[in-house]
Amino acid sequence: MFRPFLIICTLLTAAAASASAAAQATVRVETVNLQASRPLQEQTGRAVIRDYLQSWKILTAALEQNRADLLAPNFVGSAKDMLTATIQQQTELGISTRYQDRAHDLQIVFYSPDGLSIELTDKVEYDVQILDHGRVKTTQHAIARYVIVLTPAEVRWRVRVFQGAPR
Amino acid sequence: MRLRWALHVGVMAAVTMPFAFAEGRSMSLPKSIEAGSSFSIQTTGSGHATLYIIGTGQILKRDVQSEQTLFFAPGSLYNAGHYLAVLSGESFTDTGSFDVVPAIKPANLSFLAKPSRLPVGLHDGITGAVYVFDAYHNLISAPTPVSFELSNPSGAVQKRIVVTRDGAAWTEMDSTAQQGIDRFVARVGEISGTRVVEQVPGDPCGLKMIAKQSGQQVLLVTDAVRDCNGNAVPDGTIVTFTETYNGSQSTIDQPLKHGMAQVTISTHNGAMISVASGVVMGNQIRWEK
Repeated sequence: MFRPFLIICTLLTAAAASASAAAQATVRVETVNLQASRPLQEQTGRAVIRDYLQSWKILTAALEQNRADLLAPNFVGSAKDMLTATIQQQTELGISTRYQDRAHDLQIVFYSPDGLSIELTDKVEYDVQILDHGRVKTTQHAIARYVIVLTPAEVRWRVRVFQGAPR
Repeated sequence: MRLRWALHVGVMAAVTMPFAFAEGRSMSLPKSIEAGSSFSIQTTGSGHATLYIIGTGQILKRDVQSEQTLFFAPGSLYNAGHYLAVLSGESFTDTGSFDVVPAIKPANLSFLAKPSRLPVGLHDGITGAVYVFDAYHNLISAPTPVSFELSNPSGAVQKRIVVTRDGAAWTEMDSTAQQGIDRFVARVGEISGTRVVEQVPGDPCGLKMIAKQSGQQVLLVTDAVRDCNGNAVPDGTIVTFTETYNGSQSTIDQPLKHGMAQVTISTHNGAMISVASGVVMGNQIRWEK
């Protein structure tokens, strides 16, 4: 079973995507408010967190390089459609954005009875740099709450819903 | 030293601030807006600037020529999320943030029911999970009541109302005693999703056979095979007849046909004959001529 636990750790996941995303984010995970009829195995919980954090690396690279093709392995459904549209808007406007996640405060809130979806909330702290035609306009620090739904694919959990929510 | 530095910074700020204020601009932002609704951003000050609205869900960019109120038509921002607003000119930048929240009215349901086929009489055997979305496919995170209803052809209805948490709700239902096609409906306001769940008979219950002389052979025939709730076990289900005599054993598998299984065998006086289906044992007969 995935017992409620609290971790403050440094991400060791390889920076598969962004060359500039060198800094590592702190991660805190809780399952205290989990609603589920089936037990969440610790291995499953860890895989979901690992894949979600990896998806931030992919997201960062895709938005920085305006490359929607990077999203495919980690995003699916409406999350992929939404991010693809954002990248398309960025490209049309000559904008790119550099996200750097600093901290994730994660809660696993729902594990569907069939085991085919897991919902997380993430109070994420990040910096975002806005570039207009390659010129840095500003760098902002932000704290946002995200609601994420992941579904299992062949070798990983993919993000199906990726949505900012009021804090 | 530290005091001198602070004084220096203070004087510099006092000198430069009036210029920044004169050339700069500022904006007033809504705290939050509903996805897809119209909104406006008021800017003050003078000078050419560009307004950026930046989020992972959407990007907007507008030129701002002079003090003005920027109107954004319905549907301009429709992806829920946290957005940064940056008003950027040659020598100034004003920033702020606001939230786009999902619309209150549900428009879509993602409803998954499992399994699609199961035996009758299983406690909490059927599960349903729902995610509730608005018209722009934003997950509605505000608590929303979801009605789950499982009905079968006999008219039996199970109903539960579950309030969503973070956009999700789930329930468990019992499969009923009657075999047949059930309708599993999840409803939020006027939106509903329907799934079909087939309830099939369970394992045979009270399996019984009789033996009759048939010429030189013995006819073994079962009663109509039913589950513990009286549902007929489907044709094709295998029934196994086993004869044990003098330490040796022979078996015959026979599928149910018209609800019964029958077979004709050559047997010995004093043989023990038993019947079973899967793991369910039936009665045993000692054959005496």
